[in-house]
Amino acid sequence: MADAVVEERVLVSDDRTFLSEIEELSGQNIKSCYQCGECTGGCPVAYAADIMPNQVTRLVQLGMDKQVLRSSMIWLCVGCETCATRCPRGIEISRVNDALRETAIKRGEAVAEPGIKTFHETFLRSVERMGRVHEVSMLGEYKLRSLDLFSDLFLGAKMFLKGKLVLVPKWIKGMSEIKTIFAKTKRDA
Amino acid sequence: MKYAYYPGCSLHSTAKEYGDSTEAVCRELGIELQEIPDWNCCGATSAHATNRELSYALPLRDLAQAEAMGLDVVAPCAACFSRLKAADHAAKDSPELILSVAAKSGLTYEGRVKVLSLLEAIAAMPEDEIKSRVKRELTGLRPACYYGCLLTRPPKVAGFDCPEHPKSMDGLMSAIGAEPVEWPYKNECCGASLALSRSDIVVKLTHDILSMAKRSGANCIVAACPLCQANLDTRQAQAEAKYGEQFGLPVFYFTQLLGYAFRIPKAELGISKLMVDPGAVLAEIGAG
Repeated sequence: MADAVVEERVLVSDDRTFLSEIEELSGQNIKSCYQCGECTGGCPVAYAADIMPNQVTRLVQLGMDKQVLRSSMIWLCVGCETCATRCPRGIEISRVNDALRETAIKRGEAVAEPGIKTFHETFLRSVERMGRVHEVSMLGEYKLRSLDLFSDLFLGAKMFLKGKLVLVPKWIKGMSEIKTIFAKTKRDA
Repeated sequence: MKYAYYPGCSLHSTAKEYGDSTEAVCRELGIELQEIPDWNCCGATSAHATNRELSYALPLRDLAQAEAMGLDVVAPCAACFSRLKAADHAAKDSPELILSVAAKSGLTYEGRVKVLSLLEAIAAMPEDEIKSRVKRELTGLRPACYYGCLLTRPPKVAGFDCPEHPKSMDGLMSAIGAEPVEWPYKNECCGASLALSRSDIVVKLTHDILSMAKRSGANCIVAACPLCQANLDTRQAQAEAKYGEQFGLPVFYFTQLLGYAFRIPKAELGISKLMVDPGAVLAEIGAG
């Protein structure tokens, strides 16, 4: 990945459209990042990612949209807010990653961590259907959609025996309001 | 004190013991919790990770109900707290964005509600109020107080305790006679919503946290978030197997330990629902 970044650098143009778009959606002044790397030092998932959090802001500054939108980093970010707490420039990189994910979905970019995207979609489908998350049906649907059928079966059984799983879902009363919220906030894509 | 209560989805199922112990302890402490009548899911990580407008619209519907009740909101779950608080913060910080999201979703929120985590609400009580209810000092219990990420972060949104070295939960544990250990991983992330999609990462982070707690002399963990508790408790056996280390650290909710010190019956605190058996630790401190 590091090599690829160096190689692509010749393609950087003066076009600031992507930078502006992500700054607007994230509400963050990404231009002000001076690459100190504090975000990367504290990131709990950086060890598992292809690019580092400080490279995320650099790629956005340089307008290298494809490289950043296709990275695994933006999907692995769990929003722990460590970077947002420590950034000396006051940038909440967690918000930048939110904006990048949303943009990647809207543009139909290749997703480096499809299981994570599937989880988010399944979770939100449960909320859209019932107004709340019904964990058992949500987990079941996730297992089917991700084709990851057998991991955690033993754990699930133990949780069931502990009475931690509620089998029957409940709907909230204001489902029409929830439908409106989901319909009106739908992405354009 | 009276609050609008936002239990959130987990407290009705996988974290039922957090919900039960919250209600029991608040009753004992004279904190009245009035559940928001038709609350909906806050959208959690999945909404803010993929759709900014949705991530504000869902909690706004809850805040609007609390506003109609004329009460401030208490949310025990750190993730729910964070989403409700983020929406409230945005309503004050970027009102034009929130007004437009609210208008198209058919919601009205005027920003008159204060959002608190349950930890903040209880820690705000005078220490004597806690101490005077203790019927069993938890001497010999050495909890590693684990705050996780979202109770204190990002600081300008959470507005509570210190985002690098918080102390509020340690204070509560000291008040009930426990001896919280000093340790550096109070705010390390457990991997949270990656629990299913990248459980390998959660098992690694869980290992790191448990291992540090053990080395710091803890004999249990105390949490204030259903995601933190679930990851450290349900993934502990896998972390032990994968990394060849034995932890045997029960992971309590802070409300369970408060209730235990107040001699609220164990069944009302859901102690038996914990995956890592706390029996040995409770027996060791002579409080079993």
